[in-house]
Amino acid sequence: MDKNVKLPGTPYSSDDFKKGKIPYVEDVPKARYTWSAGIAMSRFLEELKNGRIVARKCHECGRVYVPPRMFCSYCFRPTDEWVYVKDTGRVNTAVVSYIGADRGKLGEPLVVAVIELDGASEGMGILHKLGNVDPEDVKNRKVFNMRVRAVWKKPEEREGAITDILYFEPIE
Amino acid sequence: MRMNIHFKNRVACIGAGLTLFRRRLFETPRELAWEAAKQALENAGMELKDIDCVVFGSAPDAFDGIHMQGEYMVDGAGGYKKPFTRVYVGGGTGVFSVIAGWWHVASGLCDKVLVVAEEKMSPALPHPQYVFHHIFDPITDKPLGVNLIWIFALEMHRYMYKYNIKKEDIALVSVKNKRNALDHPAAQLGAKITVEDVLNSEVLVWPVQRLDISPVSDGAGALILTSEEYAKQYTDTPVWIDGVGWNLDTTYWTNRDLAFPKYLYYAGKMAYRMAGIHNPRKEIDVAEVYDPFDYKELHHMEGLQLARKGEAPILTREGVTERDGDLPINPSGGLLGVGNPIAAAGIMKVAEIFWQLRKEAGKRQVAKDPTTGLAQAWGDLMQIGTVVIMRV
Ligand SMILES: [Zn+2]
Repeated sequence: MDKNVKLPGTPYSSDDFKKGKIPYVEDVPKARYTWSAGIAMSRFLEELKNGRIVARKCHECGRVYVPPRMFCSYCFRPTDEWVYVKDTGRVNTAVVSYIGADRGKLGEPLVVAVIELDGASEGMGILHKLGNVDPEDVKNRKVFNMRVRAVWKKPEEREGAITDILYFEPIE
Repeated sequence: MRMNIHFKNRVACIGAGLTLFRRRLFETPRELAWEAAKQALENAGMELKDIDCVVFGSAPDAFDGIHMQGEYMVDGAGGYKKPFTRVYVGGGTGVFSVIAGWWHVASGLCDKVLVVAEEKMSPALPHPQYVFHHIFDPITDKPLGVNLIWIFALEMHRYMYKYNIKKEDIALVSVKNKRNALDHPAAQLGAKITVEDVLNSEVLVWPVQRLDISPVSDGAGALILTSEEYAKQYTDTPVWIDGVGWNLDTTYWTNRDLAFPKYLYYAGKMAYRMAGIHNPRKEIDVAEVYDPFDYKELHHMEGLQLARKGEAPILTREGVTERDGDLPINPSGGLLGVGNPIAAAGIMKVAEIFWQLRKEAGKRQVAKDPTTGLAQAWGDLMQIGTVVIMRV
């Protein structure tokens, strides 16, 4: 199909839309959800309140899964054991976000990372924020393989959520 | 993996149709699907009554806010009173809808299939990006305020770190694809830009900048697939689909190897085996690989074994992937240039290989004489590879 073929479709701009040139209807769905956390993640969230990170181990392949799961994705059999992993680890990859979940600009840039926790199987990372890291050290890639530790909320402020860890920070 | 590679019917593609790809199109999803389907039927010399069954693809319902998009689309996609199937694997949907159309024919179940894909991302406010927030795990990821671009940026940075790749080399992909798109009739963002333009564009999530990313788009595309017997009745120039493959990695994305797309390595292997391809780098003449981000073109070339690990940026810098190069990649202009109406973009890629192999791509026609091409898409939670291999 050559460049000069005229294809169907009628483009319009957001301005046309705002000025009412485009007939439309609008609706805001008011859907709310409650997600039960399930067997593995309920224990995980409960342990976060205690300032601990819990994983599940498969005795067949030896994998230590974090976040934990009751079945081994690899062996497709039940995992066997609860094990604690450390709240320290190593940065697998990190980036500097200038935008939030709704794509709006953030006031302060946010550094987020995939962190491989000590005691979990190799490559078994989790997503979290990094604190006390200069965005420049992300851009020049010094942050890769950096040793980090969790900074927890005060025990009385924890609510059983991934945000009970405020962020991970470099270990001096 | 053990796999039956002996099928009842060899499958041909004999027609293609597209609408414009634009940030906002006035037509409804049904109207867009209808326009694309009508064009594909006309291109094949068919009417809807000649079609045995219809496969429809679109990505997350939350973009256009219409749930159960399959039933909503049945009239516009030509599925009324026919066996009609909607398939969905996120961004991989467009190429996957072609794979689903292929198995309808290869199995002998149907002889003539209409494949339609449509996407309208424009209805979601304030920005379609926010819809992507809801694809992430509600317990481990969403409370951190995750943005879709985080996951790409984390992957891109790991890839850059592992193979010591410069942003300048990655930006060349965006420059090439937007330039290629200047010659595409559906293109939303064809442009002459420079590496500096990319490097100076707004930083969203370092290392991802605005010109590293494909746009938000509306659009539709359609293809006609038939068995060999019928292909020869309708055309002298069928394009054969000789291999298909798809594969998913774990949904626990922080547990993956982010530097190498294993899902695509396995999907490619499946398709190559079916098509009897032993050396993809030598045997694939032209490829449309999935490029919603510039680094993903490079990542996917390596996953498809079109380049060695870490080699794709070098091939790009040397001009190998230009239209007049030895291995043209995304001669259409890709998602970066033509646009990214998710499922429809996958159809656009298959259509481009269809036109390239028929030498009907006009100014976009690659310099070499291509006989084997590949189209690929990527999606779900960044974990599926979908591949088709086509030949004349
Ligand atoms: Zn196991």
